[in-house]
Amino acid sequence: MAAIELRNIVKVFSDKRRGRDLLTLDNINLDIEANDFVCLLGPSGCGKSTLLNIIAGFEQATSGRTLVDGKQVERPGSDRGVVFQQPTLMPWLTAIDNVAFHLKLKGVTKAERYDRAMEFIDLVGLRGFEHHHPSELSGGMNQRVGIARALLMNPSVILMDEPFAALDAQTKLEMQEELVAIWQKRRCTIVFVTHSVDEALVLGNKIVVMTKRPGRIREAVNFDMPRPRDITSPEFNDAKRRILSLIREESTRLAQAS
Amino acid sequence: MTSVIDAAPARRAFRLTRLFQGLERVVVPALLIAGWEVFARSGVLPPALLPAPSAVLHALGDWVFGFDETTQTYSGHWLRDALASALRVFGGFALASLLGILAGVAIGWSRLFEKTLEPTLQMLRPIPPVSWIPLAIIWFGIADKPAIFLVFLGAFFPVLMNTIHGVKTVDHNLVRAGAMMGASQRQMLTDIVLPAALPSIFAGLRIAVGSAWMLTVTAEMVAVKSGLGYVLWDSYYFLRYDIVLAAMISIGLLGYLSDLGLKAIMARTLRWQQTTTVQGRAG
Ligand SMILES: Nc1ncnc2c1ncn2[C@@H]1O[C@H](COP(=O)(O)OP(=O)(O)O)[C@@H](O)[C@H]1O
Ligand SMILES: [Mg+2]
Repeated sequence: MAAIELRNIVKVFSDKRRGRDLLTLDNINLDIEANDFVCLLGPSGCGKSTLLNIIAGFEQATSGRTLVDGKQVERPGSDRGVVFQQPTLMPWLTAIDNVAFHLKLKGVTKAERYDRAMEFIDLVGLRGFEHHHPSELSGGMNQRVGIARALLMNPSVILMDEPFAALDAQTKLEMQEELVAIWQKRRCTIVFVTHSVDEALVLGNKIVVMTKRPGRIREAVNFDMPRPRDITSPEFNDAKRRILSLIREESTRLAQAS
Repeated sequence: MTSVIDAAPARRAFRLTRLFQGLERVVVPALLIAGWEVFARSGVLPPALLPAPSAVLHALGDWVFGFDETTQTYSGHWLRDALASALRVFGGFALASLLGILAGVAIGWSRLFEKTLEPTLQMLRPIPPVSWIPLAIIWFGIADKPAIFLVFLGAFFPVLMNTIHGVKTVDHNLVRAGAMMGASQRQMLTDIVLPAALPSIFAGLRIAVGSAWMLTVTAEMVAVKSGLGYVLWDSYYFLRYDIVLAAMISIGLLGYLSDLGLKAIMARTLRWQQTTTVQGRAG
């Protein structure tokens, strides 16, 4: 049994202002195995966020089935940790209180909450900043808090929606390396949305290329290049060429169709 | 060494500019008060019609400390009068805050409450609170109750409107994050929506406390026989404009202090917001 099973997912948004329907996801079928690091790659507007939100339970598919650990997804829940594009932390809570928020909701005592949260503060390298508020931390640091918050729930899967898109190039590289290190250390299942071919190839061991409007799965490519991955190596560039040609075929097809 | 020698005059110059900047603020009020004093003493108008600042200060002093009974029956009773007004302000304001926040969260969060409650409240809102005075007297008589009722009316709507706004504009993704971490409906309100709406709620509370003083004084002029507003109106009948002015100053001062107190509570509660403001100011 796969960790995530998507069966014939269709999503139609009704555009009320123009009085017409917009087919956003067209018959998505995908299996994601436990401990996979899957990158959903596609141009913006192709429905990546929509698909992730359906897995998270934030949105309902128009038809089709979404199973996580064999259970039908009906609503959001702590078995699926989400890292948002913007950190989306509670601005009135300190870093450690944000990380431990899930435990607070479960009624765990403060001492135990902090004890458990500190482990994840350490994991994302934020020791010394645990009592800072989000407004006192940089974008990258806040995103680390967001990752720690998701990891602490020990979810079956972690869903990440372009979490590094708003960061500067240098911070982005650091965060990518650390995320891979965390994934290797903790062996979790990650679904990572990105529109960057490089990012997908640095992170994923499976790259799911999506097509634009309506969103379909073009191809799921396995990529088992050993880590750390050298982005200037021939192996990396071969893979990049393959992915880019998949995308290019797609755009020529679209150009001919229109 | 040179830096020390160079720094001293610079520091002195800095202190002088600071002093001038402090003076700038008091120049206009000081000139106004001095002009008023001179004009009042010149005898153009009878002193009873335009008391000099010194006379007002005298009346206020006697009202507070009761040293020479120039304020007659009020002499030394300022604290009693101020307390009577303050309790009405506090009573009406507390009630309005409690119900305003509860109703505001309910209407802002739930479509059901929005559909059932909001139309009625929106119809009541444009009716000026003072126009309720006749009904308030008929229903509650002449005492604390009509005053508290009026204060409640004046303070309730600012709290309500700001709470609704605060709840409706809570970042959609924060609610999603809460759901992702397993918050129940009740936890969603108490642990996410309410704290997120607090800045907006406090803005409403600050408007409300101003309204509360305004309506307390109005009620005391018409429907109550105690408090600063009553003293003001009673002195007007006895042509004691020095006491009228002393009452105006007292009301202004207490209103200012209430807002200052609320601001201090807000600063403590919303400390998480301030860090950005401080950085913003420095940078
Ligand atoms: N709530 C919504 N209502 C209507 N249309 C939407 C909504 N959310 C997304 N869409 C549309 O669905 C398409 C895919 O959006 P999204 O999933 O955000 O794309 P991506 O994350 O790949 O950039 C876009 O064309 C967008 O306009
Ligand atoms: Mg997106």
